[in-house]
Amino acid sequence: MLRLEPRAQASRLMSYLSPLLAAVLTLVAGLAVFAALGKDPLEGLRLFLGYPLKDLYGISELLLKATPLMLCAIGLAVGFRANVWNIGAEGQFMLGAVGATGVALYFHESESALVLPLMVLAGATAGAAWAAIPALLKTRFNANEILVSLMLVYVAQLFVSWLVFGPWKDPEGFNFPQTAMFGNAALMPVLLEGTRLHFGLVLAIVALIAGHVFMNRSYTGFKMRVAGEAGEAARYAGFSARRMIWIGLLTGGAAAGLAGMSEVAGPMGQLTDKVSLGYGFAAIIVAFVGRLHPLGIALASLLMALLYIGGEQVQQYMNLPSSISLVFQGLLLFFLLGADVFIHYRLRFGRATA
Amino acid sequence: MDASLFTSMLFATVVAGTPLIIVALGLLVNEKAGVLNLGAEGMMAMGAVAAFAVTHHSGSPWLGVLAGILAGAAVSVLFGFLVLTLQANQVASGLALAIFGVGLSAFIGKPYESIALPAVPAIRIPFIADIPLIGEALYNQQALVYLSWALFWSVVWFLYRSRAGLVLRAVGESPASAHAIGHPVLRIRYLAVLFGGAMAGLGGAFLSVFYTPMWVEGMVAGRGWIALALVVFATWRPLRVMVGAYLFGGVMITQLFIQGSGLQIDFPSQFLSSLPYWATIVVLVAISRNANAIRLNSPISLGKPYRPDA
Repeated sequence: MLRLEPRAQASRLMSYLSPLLAAVLTLVAGLAVFAALGKDPLEGLRLFLGYPLKDLYGISELLLKATPLMLCAIGLAVGFRANVWNIGAEGQFMLGAVGATGVALYFHESESALVLPLMVLAGATAGAAWAAIPALLKTRFNANEILVSLMLVYVAQLFVSWLVFGPWKDPEGFNFPQTAMFGNAALMPVLLEGTRLHFGLVLAIVALIAGHVFMNRSYTGFKMRVAGEAGEAARYAGFSARRMIWIGLLTGGAAAGLAGMSEVAGPMGQLTDKVSLGYGFAAIIVAFVGRLHPLGIALASLLMALLYIGGEQVQQYMNLPSSISLVFQGLLLFFLLGADVFIHYRLRFGRATA
Repeated sequence: MDASLFTSMLFATVVAGTPLIIVALGLLVNEKAGVLNLGAEGMMAMGAVAAFAVTHHSGSPWLGVLAGILAGAAVSVLFGFLVLTLQANQVASGLALAIFGVGLSAFIGKPYESIALPAVPAIRIPFIADIPLIGEALYNQQALVYLSWALFWSVVWFLYRSRAGLVLRAVGESPASAHAIGHPVLRIRYLAVLFGGAMAGLGGAFLSVFYTPMWVEGMVAGRGWIALALVVFATWRPLRVMVGAYLFGGVMITQLFIQGSGLQIDFPSQFLSSLPYWATIVVLVAISRNANAIRLNSPISLGKPYRPDA
């Protein structure tokens, strides 16, 4: 019989291996899903993996999709490390997009090189401001940040929809719920000629490095780690829980806002009511699969981007709904959480020996 | 306000509150057993799509309801396996279930979008439905509305009057002591998780088969999360779950009535639609600021894994 035996010490090796195990299990489950749907599993796999890894353009599209995920996830990781559960990155992303769009529309005629930095600032500030609501309500009134940040996702979505159907609707947009296209000064410079890969990726990499320095090299980052791993110890040491809640939420909000900015100023070039494709929620999975570690997050973002692009491909060529990528995202997190059991337990055959 | 408007608003409030009552009571039992399942949104979505599909193919809303219950329970098993057998983090596992359920329901439901089901006729209870003002609103309702009341009484009776309910609460307060006196903690928690899943599935079924007889991606629209907030709002007491659910139902309905009334008020519909979410935040704040009420009433081991090392 199989049984689980507690390990004397948590396994470091398993904590790195379990994301890999989860990825492999998701792959196997994916093949099974395709087979169950009566589609050729290998063809499905080819569509999922083939396109993005086919050529330089495919790779650039992969990096393009990974950009908002990296940004959101690194911001969330800062909070998650301190057990601050910001689940509303999706809403903060949308507010960031709104802030950046506001600047872009206001300076529509401007050719100034300052427009883009101003949009970065506006996006990050708007995202952080949206995250400040759960932070304030948590620190002042003890209101659960999970539920508050989530409710604000729905509010943010309705707010964006009001803007693009109402005051910001493009008069020449044939009644589509979208703003006017941004001027050139409000668009991210393209990194690679002939692709859509833009400067947002640089922002994401800077954010990853900054996240690394903050979490692993700064005293505040150390305190937040302690608070997350041993709350009692942090209290005894006199670390302010309030401060960590604020830092955790504001960092997450600012990073998600930046991601929203980089989407509207990057591949979209305008604000629409479908500005986020669930990046804020997917980033939660990315943060976990990446082990709240910047390098891990970079890799997990690429994996998640693969699921997004694969979903689009499958939709196009196999006539399956693109929500299949959401299913795989959920499965990936399930498998990761399941595989994590091996960090604290080892699998043994046979009966327990006393 | 004239009498017929009052009656129709009361009617609609009761309808809007019903799925919240059903789901929140399920979550309440979950949490009383010490398990925090944040996956309600996903379980509701699964229940809604399964109920819709089965009703559409079989023509029977009751088979659909059954399918919804089973679908909610089935995905809750995934969650139960993770947090009970494998002791995974309950917050993360619940989120995984929410994402997975919403995704899978959208995937399954794609072919059913833009199909409408025939409306299920209401059941009129003779005599008391004739009471002026409230009779038509309360006693000429869908069967599931009556069921939600029965569910309320059953949960109250179970938790506070039955031995099994006492054991369940003990498991939520102190699993180690419950285990020490011989109660199967994991089995009881599994049953609680299954019940929560089944109720979330039933709530979802109510949405897609009775409330608005159709399936649209995203139609659960945060009700699973609101139900979770309701349990906190109710400080883990069934009666307050019921009252809270109707309050929310009232908020949802009021904004719909204002939007539909043709009143020329200069207020965008999107802002009205966001009222229920703001209301959730406001009540969460109002309740949570009383830290004592939360601390005294929330099950002590809520969200903490327990594994009896036999």
